[in-house]
Amino acid sequence: MTQSGGTELRLYRPRVSTWWWTRKRTYFVFVMRELSSIFVAWFVVFLLLFVFAVGRSEAAYQRFLDWASSPWVVALNIVTLAFVLLHTVTWFAVTPQAMAVRVMDRTVPSFHIIAGQYTGLVVVSAFVLWLVTR
Amino acid sequence: MSRRRVEPLVWLMFSAGGVLAAVFLPILVLLFGLAFPLGWLDPPDYEHLRAVISHPVTLVVLFGLFVLMLVHSAHRFQYTLYDGLQIKKKRTVAVLCYGGAVVGSVAAVAVLWVAA
Repeated sequence: MTQSGGTELRLYRPRVSTWWWTRKRTYFVFVMRELSSIFVAWFVVFLLLFVFAVGRSEAAYQRFLDWASSPWVVALNIVTLAFVLLHTVTWFAVTPQAMAVRVMDRTVPSFHIIAGQYTGLVVVSAFVLWLVTR
Repeated sequence: MSRRRVEPLVWLMFSAGGVLAAVFLPILVLLFGLAFPLGWLDPPDYEHLRAVISHPVTLVVLFGLFVLMLVHSAHRFQYTLYDGLQIKKKRTVAVLCYGGAVVGSVAAVAVLWVAA
């Protein structure tokens, strides 16, 4: 006896729901962390508009400030700040796992790597603040 | 260039952009996104900003920041769509994401050129 239709290769592909990540807290944080990429891109665009305005004229800079203080831009930037902070905290936290630093034949404890990154954050932030507002 | 040669480079740029975004963006969003527009701090005067931005070192730093953060964002968003939101059109997603990063980088060159 022959069976018909048995020649094509059939793979079992379980369907994954679009919303699989809403069921568990860790999955949810993972997807939120990944979504921070949208807000990174948005703020690059925002900074480009800012540099463009400053490059053109004082009036353009003033118009940029007015636009940036409109409610929807402010709301978007509040959300952006939250996602950027999530990115910073999670990025610093996984760095020791991605990068094993060895000094004098010993692995540097992850606590030191994380503390070092926060020190970098503080130094860079202080420098930017000084450069912009002095 | 083949995919095999490009991929490590993209991951390297992803990591570099991730570090830069983690270190630079919080203060930049806080200052330029909120503190200055809302008047928590007085916005810096125009001449000072103009002088800072048109300095060659600033131009180079800004260019590096913009390009690497765009690649970081594109690379990560590609995987967000693919794994997170289960959009399995791999090629289309990749073209849109990296295409966006390329367009943004070209825009960055143009904008920094005007500011220089």
